[in-house]
Amino acid sequence: MTAQVITITSGKGGVGKTTAVANLATAIAADGKKVVCIDGDIGLRNLDVVMGLENRIVYDIVDVIEGRCKLKQAMIRDKHFPEMYLIPAAQTRDKNAVSPTDMIRICNDLRSDADFVIIDSPAGIERGFRNAIAAADRVIVVTNPEVSAVRDADRVVGILEAEEKGNPALILNRLNQALVRNNDMLSAEDVLDLLGIQLIGIVPEDESVIIASNRGAPVVNDPKSRAGQAFRNIARRIQGQDVPFIDLDQQSGLWGAIQKLAGRK
Amino acid sequence: MNFFTRKRSAENAKERLQLVLVHDRTDLTPAQLESLKDDLLIAISKYIEIDPEAVQIGLERDGRSQRLVADIPLRNVSRRHAG
Ligand SMILES: Nc1ncnc2c1ncn2[C@@H]1O[C@H](COP(=O)(O)OP(=O)(O)OP(=O)(O)O)[C@@H](O)[C@H]1O
Ligand SMILES: [Mg+2]
Repeated sequence: MTAQVITITSGKGGVGKTTAVANLATAIAADGKKVVCIDGDIGLRNLDVVMGLENRIVYDIVDVIEGRCKLKQAMIRDKHFPEMYLIPAAQTRDKNAVSPTDMIRICNDLRSDADFVIIDSPAGIERGFRNAIAAADRVIVVTNPEVSAVRDADRVVGILEAEEKGNPALILNRLNQALVRNNDMLSAEDVLDLLGIQLIGIVPEDESVIIASNRGAPVVNDPKSRAGQAFRNIARRIQGQDVPFIDLDQQSGLWGAIQKLAGRK
Repeated sequence: MNFFTRKRSAENAKERLQLVLVHDRTDLTPAQLESLKDDLLIAISKYIEIDPEAVQIGLERDGRSQRLVADIPLRNVSRRHAG
């Protein structure tokens, strides 16, 4: 095995990075792959609660870096998927306890033993973000169809370009199709045109995401959830499958346009 | 705001973002862009006669790259030489 290391980042906070990591990891694990998630948000640990693993934490990533435990000891096995693990962030330390070199070393150790390593980046463009992208083979930028979120995503894409991190892919999260239809929300076409990057998926605004996060069980486990379906499709695309984009609005010509945009490099 | 005359907010969002992104990406404020235009006009006027009022200079977006586009109509020179 040679794991692909994928970092999920956004610039702006609260757009759905942690939600995306938990759901994509779960969907990829459900497809039979071995996945290790790393919570890169030192001091604001959250991926553990979204994945429902908060009661199992003994060691965290800073314990690994500072030699208090072996990497394997900090890998918490998921409750449902024995091939999915979480390496939690430290809650009582600051982001300077981790360096980009530490992240590269940990990811290299994981590469031979997993199919995917998925890193949850903190918001912002500082140390924690630099740590999160240091080891990435591929970066996925999450944004919402709002002015400030798109602006911050563009900043991040600019930094990734400058760092020669390859072409990032975009997840547009929390799209409200009724608002788009009413011309009161930026459409997927608008956002793709503004950012000029490749689309990997659109996730609708969906209350089942909030219900799932209350339970600590990612929404991909809910076969009826539209957001869950969107995350399952993105997970397949990450694994290299060619999955058509869901038509969020059958009445509009949007779908064809998005298919076209998604295909462009 | 009147419902019927109201411009839909998605359009506002897109227009505002187009401007903000161009300035963010080039690290050029609107004021700096103005003084760049003035300097350009001074430089060009040293060599050829132009009508400053007719000049159009602006930043345009093309995918992820930006370009500075200038449309500078020249005054007709042949007549001056003929006279
Ligand atoms: N598609 C969606 N529909 C509805 N709610 C959503 C959706 N995606 C995310 N949320 C909600 O938005 C909130 C923020 O999500 P999340 O914690 O994943 O963002 P984040 O980018 O990781 O935030 P931070 O920058 O603080 O780490 C959560 O309450 C989550 O349940
Ligand atoms: Mg988060």
